[in-house]
Amino acid sequence: MEKQKANIDLNNEVIRIRGLQKSFGDYHVLRGIDLDLYQGENLVVLGRSGTGKSVLIKLISGMLYPDAGTINVLGNELTHITEREMESLRIRIGFSFQNSALYDSMTVRQNLEFPLVRNRKGITRKEIDTNVHSVLDAVGLSQTINQMPSELSGGQRKRIGIARTLILNPEIMLYDEPTAGLDPITCIEINELINEVQQRYNTSSIVITHDLTCAKMVGDRVAMLLDGQFQRVGSFDEVFATDDARVKPFYDYNFVE
Amino acid sequence: MRYFISHKQLLQLTDLTFQTIWSIRASISYVNYTFAQLMEGTETTPRTAPSRIKKIGDAISGFFLMLHRIYAFVLRFFKEVFLPPYEFKEVVRQCYETGVKSFTLITLTGFIIGVIFTKQSRPSLTDFGATSWLPSLVSIAIMKALAPLVTALIAAGKVGSSIGAELGSMRVTEQIDAMEVSGTKPFKFLVCTRVIATTFTIPLLATYVALIALFGGYLNIAQNEGTSYATFIEQAFEPITFVDIWASLAKAVVFGFTIGIVGCYQGYNSTKGTEGVGKAANGAVVTAMFLVFIEEVLIVQIAGWFR
Repeated sequence: MEKQKANIDLNNEVIRIRGLQKSFGDYHVLRGIDLDLYQGENLVVLGRSGTGKSVLIKLISGMLYPDAGTINVLGNELTHITEREMESLRIRIGFSFQNSALYDSMTVRQNLEFPLVRNRKGITRKEIDTNVHSVLDAVGLSQTINQMPSELSGGQRKRIGIARTLILNPEIMLYDEPTAGLDPITCIEINELINEVQQRYNTSSIVITHDLTCAKMVGDRVAMLLDGQFQRVGSFDEVFATDDARVKPFYDYNFVE
Repeated sequence: MRYFISHKQLLQLTDLTFQTIWSIRASISYVNYTFAQLMEGTETTPRTAPSRIKKIGDAISGFFLMLHRIYAFVLRFFKEVFLPPYEFKEVVRQCYETGVKSFTLITLTGFIIGVIFTKQSRPSLTDFGATSWLPSLVSIAIMKALAPLVTALIAAGKVGSSIGAELGSMRVTEQIDAMEVSGTKPFKFLVCTRVIATTFTIPLLATYVALIALFGGYLNIAQNEGTSYATFIEQAFEPITFVDIWASLAKAVVFGFTIGIVGCYQGYNSTKGTEGVGKAANGAVVTAMFLVFIEEVLIVQIAGWFR
C-alpha cells in the first residue's frame, strides 16, 4: 500500500534535541545529537546495533537522563521539569517496545484498560469499553480482546502493544524496532499500521529500525546514526546516495540486485 | 533530649557515609596504583596482590552501595504507600496470591511440626517422669518461636521466590518500563501492593500455623497420654502471656514485611536477562531467610525487656 502524503507542519517542532550526549561507563554512545521532529512527521532513525538508537528514544521518554545537551518535548525542557510534570508529559508520548512488553498476567482487555483507568480519573465503564474497542479496531484485532498475551503471535503482540499506547491518544509515538523478529508479510502489515496511525491519530513519530523496507515505507525523513551522531539526514534516497563504507553495506544488504 | 533525627538529617548522614566510602575506595585505588607502579619490573612482585586489594575494595564499597540502594528502596516504599492512588483491588489479589495459595503447604507443615515436635520431645520428659508438661512445652515452643519462624521460612521460599521471579521477568521484558512510560506508577502497583499483602497475610498464616500445630500436638498427646482436650488447652495456654502473643505477632509482621520488600527489591532491580530472573528469585529467598533469622534474635531480645 502506497504511503499517503503526510500532513507535516515544518513550523511546529514537537521534539527539539541539541548537543545530546550519553555515556555508559567509558562507552560514549551518543556524542552530540541534534535532531528536530516536526508535527505530523514520521522520522526513521537508522543505525547498526549498539549505536544508541534505543538509548535515544529512552532519553526522549525520560527513562534515561542525558549527560549533556537539551531535549525539548512538546515545549517541555526534559532536564528542567519535575517528576510530576514528567508523568503528565509521558501520557502524551506513546512508546512501543521492541518485545511489545505486554503485561503477561493480564488479558488483552486488561492490558488496554490499565493505562486508561490510571490516567483518566472518573472515566465510566462505557467510555472504557468504547476506547478499548476503538483501538482494537484500529489495529484490526477485535477478536483477541479476552485472550492472554501468551496466546498471541509475535505480530499480534506488536499490534496490541501499539494499541495500548494509542489508547491514551498520544501526540508523539516512539517505535522501538517495530518489525524486529517478524516475517516479511507481517512486517509490511506493521509498517502499514504505523502509517495508518500517523494519518488517523495525527501523530508525530520516531521509528527506530535497521530494516530498510520499514524505513522506506514509513519514513517521511530518515536519519542515520553513525559514531554517535546523525551524520546523514534527509529523504530515504538522499541518505543512501553515497559511497560511504559505513552506509552503503546497509543498502546493499537489503536491496542487493 | 531529642532521640530521633529528621528524615533530612538521615539523608545527609547517609550521603556523608557514602562520601566517606567513596573516599576510602579512591584511597584503596590510589594505594593499589602506587603499589603497582612501585613493583613494576621487579620479578618478586606477586602479580595478584594489587588486583586482590582492588577486589576487596570493590567488594566493600559494593556492599555499602547495596545497603544504600536497599535503604532508598525501603524509604521509597514508605513514601509512596501512604499517597494516592490506592490499589485496593491489587492488594486483595496479592493477599489471595500470598495467603490463600500458600494455605495447603502451610497447613501440612504446621500439622506435621506439631506432631513431630511432640513425639520427639516425649522421651526427654519421660526420663524425668514429666510427660504431663508436654502440652506446656509444645505450646511454648510453637507459640513463641516455631509458628512465626516456620511460616516465615516457608513464605520466603514460596512467596518470596515467586515475587522475585515475577518482578524480575517483568523488569527484563520491559513490562515495568512500559508501565512507567504510560504514566502509571509501577512501584506503587507492583511493590507497595505486594509488601502490604505479605505484611498482612504472614501474621495471619503464622496464627493459623500455631493453631494447627497445637492441634497436631494435641492429637499425639491424646493418643499417647489420653489427655482430654480441655486439659490440653488449659495446660497449653497457661504459660503463654499476652506479651508472648504480641511478640510473636510482631515478629510475623516484621517477617512478612521483610519477605515482601526483599523479594520486590531483588525482582525490581534485576538485570542481565533470564539469568537475572533466576538470581532475583534465588536472592529473594536467601536474603529473606538470612534477615528473618537475624530479626528473630533481635525481637526475642527486645520482647525480653517487656517481661
